Amino acid sequence: MTLDRPAKQIHLAAHFPGVNNTTVWSDPRSGSQIDFDSFKHLAQTAERGKLDFFFLAEGLRLREQKGRIHDLDVVGRPESLTVLSALSAVTTHLGLAATVNSTFNEPYEVARRLASLDHLSGGRAAWNVVTSWDAFTGENFRRGGYLEEADRYTRAKEFLQTVRELWDSWAPDALTRSGGEFVRPGGIGFFEHQGQHFDIRGRFDVPRPPQGNPVIIQAGDSEEGREFAASGADVIFSRHSKLDEGRLFYRDVKGRLAKYGRSPDDLKILPAVSYVLGDTQEDAEERAAEIRRAQVSPQTAILFLEAIWGRDLSAYDPEGPLPDIEPDLGTDVSKGRAQFRRDRAETAAKWRALAAEKNLSIRDLVIETATHQTFVGTAASVAEEINTFVQTDAADGFIFAPHLTPGGLDDLVDKVVPLLQEKGVFRTEYTGPTLRHHLGLKELS
Amino acid sequence: MTLHLAVALDGAGWHPAAWRAEGAQPDRLFTAGYWADLVIEAERGLLDWVTFEDTLSLQSSRYDGPDGRLDQVRGKLDAVLLAAAVAPLTSKIGLIPTTSVTHTEPFHVAIGIASLDYASKGRAGWRPRVSGRPDEAAHFGRREFPPFDLANQEFITALFEEADDAVEVVRRLWDSWEDDAEIRDAATGRFIDRDRLHYIDFEGKFFSVKGPSITPRPPQGQPLVTSLGHGPGPYEFAARGADVLYVTPKDRDDAHRIVAEVREIEARIGRTGPPLKVFADLVVFFGGHKAGLDELDGAPLESDAHVFEGTPAELADLLQDWDLEGYRLRPGVLPHDLNVITRELVPELQSRGAFRTAYETADLRGRLGLARPASRYARVS
Repeated sequence: MTLDRPAKQIHLAAHFPGVNNTTVWSDPRSGSQIDFDSFKHLAQTAERGKLDFFFLAEGLRLREQKGRIHDLDVVGRPESLTVLSALSAVTTHLGLAATVNSTFNEPYEVARRLASLDHLSGGRAAWNVVTSWDAFTGENFRRGGYLEEADRYTRAKEFLQTVRELWDSWAPDALTRSGGEFVRPGGIGFFEHQGQHFDIRGRFDVPRPPQGNPVIIQAGDSEEGREFAASGADVIFSRHSKLDEGRLFYRDVKGRLAKYGRSPDDLKILPAVSYVLGDTQEDAEERAAEIRRAQVSPQTAILFLEAIWGRDLSAYDPEGPLPDIEPDLGTDVSKGRAQFRRDRAETAAKWRALAAEKNLSIRDLVIETATHQTFVGTAASVAEEINTFVQTDAADGFIFAPHLTPGGLDDLVDKVVPLLQEKGVFRTEYTGPTLRHHLGLKELS
Repeated sequence: MTLHLAVALDGAGWHPAAWRAEGAQPDRLFTAGYWADLVIEAERGLLDWVTFEDTLSLQSSRYDGPDGRLDQVRGKLDAVLLAAAVAPLTSKIGLIPTTSVTHTEPFHVAIGIASLDYASKGRAGWRPRVSGRPDEAAHFGRREFPPFDLANQEFITALFEEADDAVEVVRRLWDSWEDDAEIRDAATGRFIDRDRLHYIDFEGKFFSVKGPSITPRPPQGQPLVTSLGHGPGPYEFAARGADVLYVTPKDRDDAHRIVAEVREIEARIGRTGPPLKVFADLVVFFGGHKAGLDELDGAPLESDAHVFEGTPAELADLLQDWDLEGYRLRPGVLPHDLNVITRELVPELQSRGAFRTAYETADLRGRLGLARPASRYARVS
């Protein structure tokens, strides 16, 4: 491909395999999702591949199905910032990104914990700002639920604004540490924030982070989410891993930056993707099909259907046809996951049509509709595809969510990354110490 | 008899002018390397554990609010994250961060300490701390506290009742997954046996928490809970929820009076399980540097704990004379006074047969002779 500009440098990140059905635990190579050594292996693999950062998700209440704790997927994970802080000791350059909920936390604590991670890691911290709205998760917290959906982003926005005020309340040159003076006069400012959601004042207790402000990540595709990202995020995770959709999203979001006085380079767009490699295309596709089948066990297939249908369907044969009965739209059997909240009637109709057209069993239907692999091919074809996405402005890079703990990044780093490096579109060494530097973001004092 | 020795790490040391002492490293206070060096040194000295101080406000020389001083260390890092950052660099020493039980959500504390226990492979502890200062409350803005006054018994009693509930919630969350909850049963497609996960359904006067934890049961089952107390109220708080109590006796007699008082409180409230391990806190200076630091700071060091100045052999005498199960030493100046503890005090105690010559157990509870408890929710089979 020839374009009238130098090739864009690709940004790559890695996601610790999540607590949903895409993470395959039935594979004999699947290790612990909780032992520190699993996190260490994935993070050190990511760093060996010179990736930009390593990312941990969060969920503050175990998911439920039909009023009971969901038991079919990987369950249980540690607290993100604690693990990332431990990982900072066994890595040297890799960015460390934590998901922290803005609904069930307070700005002072989030600001000090992220600032602390930034200090401990020498400027490698990132915060994925998420919001939730449910009283279900709120039952684990003294502040309780519950936000109207429309208030989620106003709270998140004010939360982020407040956190930045706290980070900025220490002058970059506050610490003098000479003569009899540890901090210079005026070095630690008084903060005062009065808003709709927060009314706080005082003095922050952590010196300004090495990055100034740690990197802000936002994942969210709604109108409010895009606007929120455009107004203040440094990275956005998207779900648009198809070329056309990706370009539309890219153009839309980058187009929103100017009105906030930001340039297109100030926000990196990283779709969340998966990959399967093979020696040949055919081999890769065969492996991909096996993985998708492992991602949807017979029990998981019924569960997906129940979440749409709002009914107990445990009597149905997962290898048999769809049930004749209609969905019960008044009942919500699935709690703690967002993906099933909308458009159940529409989804059910689509699924019926698809099953009829292709003559699919329940399980095959779920495999077809609910599993997806972005890049399937040889290392060379996957590298080429990744590069095309980035060079044609469908993305600035990707966040990879492997399906196996802890070996799921090995192939990417050993086989794909070297090809991107050969093409001159991915770093062969880290060239600076901070995550802002890796991402090509403006350095803050 | 052998004794237990812990060290309390805080900033540049426990003297407010410690950062100005010879050998101090004020430029490294906010780096991981500074803390790693200290904890590795403590592990080299075979110490039981280190604690990490923390509050949710700037340090102050006043107990009731900010002091505006800029000639002392101001600024710090989150204690749980500090402990986590040194966990992979050490393998035996216990790591005990402080968190607030007044402002921090018990759920976040429970998963943070459980995660530290995973990252350290069974060496995590926790020091719950009550925060009564109005400036700290104003950082959260969720409630207004009256001016801090130790005579305001009603307010302080309520804070400790709330703290009791927070510790109860944290402990229940740690137990909310039974040890064998993860089954990975391919035949039935089940990753966990959900009958071995439990709602904790805590409902108290101050808050409710449903559970279960999002983090599986930590390696130690129940990480070690340690608490600092200066009087009957805090002793009772420790007797209800802690494994270890740090106290601040002025001398040998005071130490034994306090231990007797703690035992009475334990009996009165009907504590079950092993009695509290009572450790005395001591601020320690080796060599003659304290006077100069007092002068720099403009006043003699004031401390809640007894301040020891002298030689390692003299401290060893004191520790043996006081005859307690253990001590938490607060080095006056870091790294100097820590280095003397590990390189001189420890060998002195070893030569008297009063301190271990190797770590016997890798986990922290075991070091104190505490068994790994079964989950309170485990069915007796």
